[in-house]
Amino acid sequence: MTEKTILVSLEVNGKPVSARVPARTTLVDFLRDELRLTGTHVGCEHGTCGACTVMLDGEPIRSCLVFAVQLEGQRITTVEGLTKPDGSLSILQDSFAEAHAQQCGYCTPGMLISAQSLLNNNPQPSDDEIRVAISSNLCRCTGYQQIVNAVGMAAERMAKE
Amino acid sequence: MEQAFKYIGAKRRTKEAPRFLTGSGRFVADIHLPGMKHVAIVASPHPSARIISINTEAARAMPGVRYILDGEEFCAHTDTLYVGVDAPKLKRYALARDVVRYSGEWVVAVVADSRAQAEDAAELVEVEYQATPHVIDPELSLRDDAPLIHPEHGSNQLYHRKFVWGPVEAAFREAEERVSFRVTWGRSSTVPIETFGVLAQWHEADQLLDVWASIQMPKYPDQLARALRLPGNAVRVHYDVDVGGSFGLKRGIKHTVLVSYLARKVGAPVRFIEDRLENMRGGDMHGPDRFFDVEVAFNRDGIIKGLRIRAVDDVGAYAGRSPLQLGKPVSAICGPYQIHAIEYEPTSVMTNKTPQEAVRGFGQAPTNLALERTMDHVARHLGMDPIELRRKNFIRKDQFPYLIPSGSTYDSGDYHTVLDKALAAIDYPELLRQRDSLRAAGALAGIGISTCLEPSGGNSAFEPLFNAKNDTTTWMDSCLVRVDLSGAITGVMGTSSAGQGHETLVATVLGEVLEREPDKIRVVHADSLNALPSNSPVGSRMAIMLGGAAAGAARKLKATLIRLAAHNLGCAIDDIEYADGNTSVRGNPERGLSWDKLVEIAHRKFHLLPPEMEPGLQASFVWEVPTGGGLPTEDGRIQIYPCYSFEAHVLLIKIDADTGRPKILKYLCGHDCGVMINPDVVHGMTYGGIAHGIGAALYEKFAYTEEGELASGTLMDYLIPSSMEVPELHIVDHCTPSPLTTFGQKGSGESGYLGSAAAICNAVNDALAPRGKSIETLPMSNLAIWNTLHATLSATR
Amino acid sequence: MKAAPFEYVRAESLDHACQMLVQHGDEAKLIAGGQSLVPMLAMRLLAPAWLVDIHGLSELQQIAIAEDQLVIGAAVRQCVADADPRLNSAVPLLSRALHWVGHAATRNRGTVGGSLAHADPSAELALSAALLEATLTLRSERGSRQVAAGDFLIGPMMTCLEADECLLEVRFPIWQEARTGSAFEEISARHGDFAIVSAAAQVGVDQTGRCTRAALAIGGAGPSALAFNDLARRLVGTRLEDGLLRDLAQQVAAKVEPTSDLQASAAYRHHLAGVLAERALLGAKRDAGLSS
Repeated sequence: MTEKTILVSLEVNGKPVSARVPARTTLVDFLRDELRLTGTHVGCEHGTCGACTVMLDGEPIRSCLVFAVQLEGQRITTVEGLTKPDGSLSILQDSFAEAHAQQCGYCTPGMLISAQSLLNNNPQPSDDEIRVAISSNLCRCTGYQQIVNAVGMAAERMAKE
Repeated sequence: MEQAFKYIGAKRRTKEAPRFLTGSGRFVADIHLPGMKHVAIVASPHPSARIISINTEAARAMPGVRYILDGEEFCAHTDTLYVGVDAPKLKRYALARDVVRYSGEWVVAVVADSRAQAEDAAELVEVEYQATPHVIDPELSLRDDAPLIHPEHGSNQLYHRKFVWGPVEAAFREAEERVSFRVTWGRSSTVPIETFGVLAQWHEADQLLDVWASIQMPKYPDQLARALRLPGNAVRVHYDVDVGGSFGLKRGIKHTVLVSYLARKVGAPVRFIEDRLENMRGGDMHGPDRFFDVEVAFNRDGIIKGLRIRAVDDVGAYAGRSPLQLGKPVSAICGPYQIHAIEYEPTSVMTNKTPQEAVRGFGQAPTNLALERTMDHVARHLGMDPIELRRKNFIRKDQFPYLIPSGSTYDSGDYHTVLDKALAAIDYPELLRQRDSLRAAGALAGIGISTCLEPSGGNSAFEPLFNAKNDTTTWMDSCLVRVDLSGAITGVMGTSSAGQGHETLVATVLGEVLEREPDKIRVVHADSLNALPSNSPVGSRMAIMLGGAAAGAARKLKATLIRLAAHNLGCAIDDIEYADGNTSVRGNPERGLSWDKLVEIAHRKFHLLPPEMEPGLQASFVWEVPTGGGLPTEDGRIQIYPCYSFEAHVLLIKIDADTGRPKILKYLCGHDCGVMINPDVVHGMTYGGIAHGIGAALYEKFAYTEEGELASGTLMDYLIPSSMEVPELHIVDHCTPSPLTTFGQKGSGESGYLGSAAAICNAVNDALAPRGKSIETLPMSNLAIWNTLHATLSATR
Repeated sequence: MKAAPFEYVRAESLDHACQMLVQHGDEAKLIAGGQSLVPMLAMRLLAPAWLVDIHGLSELQQIAIAEDQLVIGAAVRQCVADADPRLNSAVPLLSRALHWVGHAATRNRGTVGGSLAHADPSAELALSAALLEATLTLRSERGSRQVAAGDFLIGPMMTCLEADECLLEVRFPIWQEARTGSAFEEISARHGDFAIVSAAAQVGVDQTGRCTRAALAIGGAGPSALAFNDLARRLVGTRLEDGLLRDLAQQVAAKVEPTSDLQASAAYRHHLAGVLAERALLGAKRDAGLSS
């Protein structure tokens, strides 16, 4: 264990965190291995599948395509940060549950991040806009249909709140 | 006549949803054990070579390195893995010894403190190879002059047999017309977003191996123990690991034997989570790679008289259960059609490619492609509407149970109605108008139909069919239900899940039988030493088998409660009325015992128990597959699967003639899987299956170069369709209950996938027909379609 | 798929970045958004000893209009460029091109300069730069130099950047024609994938509908994005009749030099170049307000 480490401090889900890691540690490995926030998943490590999608300052990024050290001081939101303050499901999460938009649950966290980012910027997206927004997240279980339904349902429910 | 159910068939959120939606799932890579070590693999760059030497000196000197293992040591201390057919000289280990047989085959495993360090060291392992001739093409591999993949086996042919069921020769002699063609299912797979992963820990004092894995595999602990030369009870597989997608595929037995050996050797927990490169090249998870030579005999009225199918499947360099993927389709070899004379000639061949593993449908989806192309070829030959042709040949509703020539009896179905419902739901006349107006505007447009079966209830009767030395006749599953002192119900299942919602399934079934609210029922996954027998969620079986086992256990429990009530109320068992878990004497509702009282008696009051009743409150049920238990006849007839779900796909596709690019404009699937226990779950799997079939039909392929190198080893070039390639999907349900199952349910775990690729292939061919072109090879990529359209053009360039 | 170990240094200024490049030579690699670089590091196709991070450098973040040029700093993120109204008003082709670049999640991190410096022959921004004959400013301790896009992109994943040079900014000409129209066409295997072949066209017309300026470029069908502006110049003075556009597209299709790979044969790419060139030209014409 002679590899040099660097202190990385971030704000994750509203809390300051820090850990010493080798420079080559990607953000997703930092979140999972150092912070034990295992909700963010690894699917390809080359930026194609979207399973590792998290928010950086509110916008989705691939956490396998950035080294943690590059983000010093920045604000990250993971799936663990999407729930309401009391720990209950957010409208989007609840809509996923209602529409059965998850099966194995592996792509789900990244899918939720992409969908939530969309809704933050575009509260009333069309089905086509939803499809574009989640096209960076591959899912093998759902054929996307119930996910598109869930995001549309969440948008409607948010509009009523 | 549909039964009225209290919970079955109702809208219900899955029990699994909250943990997956909050990032609280427990996938294998989420499990952290103190002192855990990590594995990286050194893989062969050659498709075929002799290993001359392995030098690990520099690698050993790297920081964090704990162990470096080669095939010499590993093969000396473990036993070969299971091979599904009778080929005793074929050996298969996780690490190559002396020779490598495919590019990506594992040669050396490096254990280090971190995965990154393991990779650092793996880069420094020096392996000297001497390349030897390789063969990639399955037809070349069957030739006498082909290089032998396993010389000790004597041939590259792993399995071959010609089955003749019914008067095939006469049918071909007498039929008025015949058509023959070749159709090819490309090498694709399920490629879940989670790769395979395993974590193993050896407890020396207990002589016990703990395993957590992303697994969906029958007889996994047993095979693992055998390969490790351990008694079965020295292996404890934890089934409470969430599996990130599998669809038949996650059978990481070689990974597990390797990691378990290393864990024991290193004296620390060792984990191996495949990275995507290892997964694609050496994860041994490619799917069927199969061509069919089909000859069909029929009369001018469209009635099919006979069918000859030669199927050649390329399993790659090693085999586990993969050759058996030619066996399962025997269960539905004539599809939903009345065909009385069938010849089926399956050949399993080895090449220098990554080995094949079980994929959703276990070989049925490619076979359905061959059958559905057959129907369209016949229709085209006769100038008949392909829908009309199918209707003419369908087994009719009044013919069930229906015995097909290969020995399976279909349980139930109503194919005409499901197809009619699908056509009505998509507004077929309007669909035709849309196609024709697209054509009138100069576009290429086509409609595709497929009507396919999903054999379900996963049995393994193809094992004795394909291997006379294997007389396995049971493929049971089980469930344990217990009620604790608080009155809460827990269901225990003996296998892991990969998104199928089994916890919801078991809770719903237990709730239905016991008349208790399913949301309050907990369902857990036992470990393999605590579990009742299971054969894992393969072969579209869990609604039937786990559902049936849960119902059986719940019924036993309910009978116990009723006996307990009768004993304490002083009446006959038949006089007890049971409602919502509470009991009363018939005609006297005042006299009764509530659920809570009965539970209390069972747990605390031995003096109130009937004679010989066990205290506590639990019941288990182990269920054999309905219709299972038989062995094949000499001519290879056998009942394989019990239940037959049906799906009718209809779609409209448009092809950009200038670029070859296809776009699905409308898609609908009519689906009948009997009684649905949870419609959302069934629909979800069906949508997913359709999308998976879209991938197989248009995008996904493990392509090989002539040099034997995998050319699509990343998710950048193995093209899983996104939400932009999968169109809006619609499903219309129909319910023909199965007479063989507890509630009339059939399987649906492979639904959608079993007919979508076939329907898309038919649609593309309908689109190309006005140009006089056809395409019979999947995937039909932009390039492949363009090449077809410009066949003469590209030949002259 | 873990990157080989490297030393990380966050550049404090452009000068600092250049200094690091001089100090470490071939051993150093600049990282901006990393969307192309990190996968190569993860697969260990590259293993630089030093990674010099220029992602946050304020000197590389500007978007400005300077006379008849749109200036975009090298580290401007693609999403920031896309959201800037000046792009769509000054060089709308860039807005069109950006929509084809990856996905939102990669555009949020990926930079304009990073894409250009990566020099993928099918990259949309490289194609735009070639088409519009953008000028790139390269900086090193030796000073600054300006190179034309066509000279910058010298082959697949190859640029004229020296080991000690850093891309500072790219300047896209703003056409001052009476009316300008542009179009971007692409075929990829899936939405968001790299182009199999792409084509971009831009035309200027006067008040009478006569072409005053024209540009056409093809991506994915040669060692780098190829501009055919000499050929396109023949359209000047015409009314961009469809037949002329088709002829030009066919000429271009014959001139591209594609290779074969898994997704596409050379013959297919030749063909696509013609199809997409024609579509792009027709699209640009329509965008300029002319009907077919």
